[in-house]
Amino acid sequence: MTLKLSELDRTLINRLQDDLPLVPHPFSALAGELGLSEEDVVGRIRRLRDDGLLTRFGPFFDAEALGGAFCLCAMAVPVERFEEVLTKVNAYPEVAHNYERSHRLNMWFVLATESQAAISATAAQIERDTGLKVLLFPKEREFFIGFRVNA
Amino acid sequence: MTLDPKDRTIVEATQAGLPLVPTPFAVVAENLGLTEADLIGRLQRLKELGVIRRIGAAPNHYRLGMNANGMTVWDVDDAAVDDLGEKVGALPFVTHCYRRPRAMPDWPYNLFAMVHGETREEVMAKQAEIASLLADACRASDVLFSTRILKKTGMRLRGKEA
Repeated sequence: MTLKLSELDRTLINRLQDDLPLVPHPFSALAGELGLSEEDVVGRIRRLRDDGLLTRFGPFFDAEALGGAFCLCAMAVPVERFEEVLTKVNAYPEVAHNYERSHRLNMWFVLATESQAAISATAAQIERDTGLKVLLFPKEREFFIGFRVNA
Repeated sequence: MTLDPKDRTIVEATQAGLPLVPTPFAVVAENLGLTEADLIGRLQRLKELGVIRRIGAAPNHYRLGMNANGMTVWDVDDAAVDDLGEKVGALPFVTHCYRRPRAMPDWPYNLFAMVHGETREEVMAKQAEIASLLADACRASDVLFSTRILKKTGMRLRGKEA
């Protein structure tokens, strides 16, 4: 669904992809720029969030810098076993995201654990649970991204 | 990396988001029994350490009409993949770009670039742009569209007792 957004909403969505200053009144500069009160800016952002156009507002953490280990994993799940395997895999609290994708490797999930050793152990446990192979695709290098959504 | 217990408390208190009020740091500080200045100072340090990437909001791709999400994957010459990965990551429509190990014989691809678009056709047109950038250094490629979100939890730092 594509929504009709006001120019102001578009500007807010675009500007909130920048970094707000770490000061007692973080919305003050933005409010000045838009010729609105701080209360109005905060209220509009709250509405965009409540409408689901913005996900959470706050600090974006680098999950790896917080400690812990992450790994993208993939499985080739036979179609007739998909729901059964999905229930088993999603039951692991270590499984953070899980997507079905159009490929022979049709289940892609991210494991998030306290340590690198726990990644291998969890993957091995999922293999025993499901009788299916878990392929591990750890990040070897992250390339810088300049991407912005233009609302 | 030096996260002391107070830093961990701050991370746990803010990873679900900040209150949308004119002075969000004052509210969080009060809840945690810190001064606003102490909280802001610690957040500033976490930012300098790279633990915090930025303070802001993320748009919801799907609600903005970007309904197609394609994971494009490429088998790129090992000698060229790091240079080319930088160029692919810099393309304005690539949202994530990583080098990952191949898993032979199941998986020959070592470069992953996530592309969002309003339609699959749009994602495939962008895939073609990546292909022309990689040119002869790329031996094979594919695109995997997501057909269903099966689970999505924030990657949360769990409390010590968890």
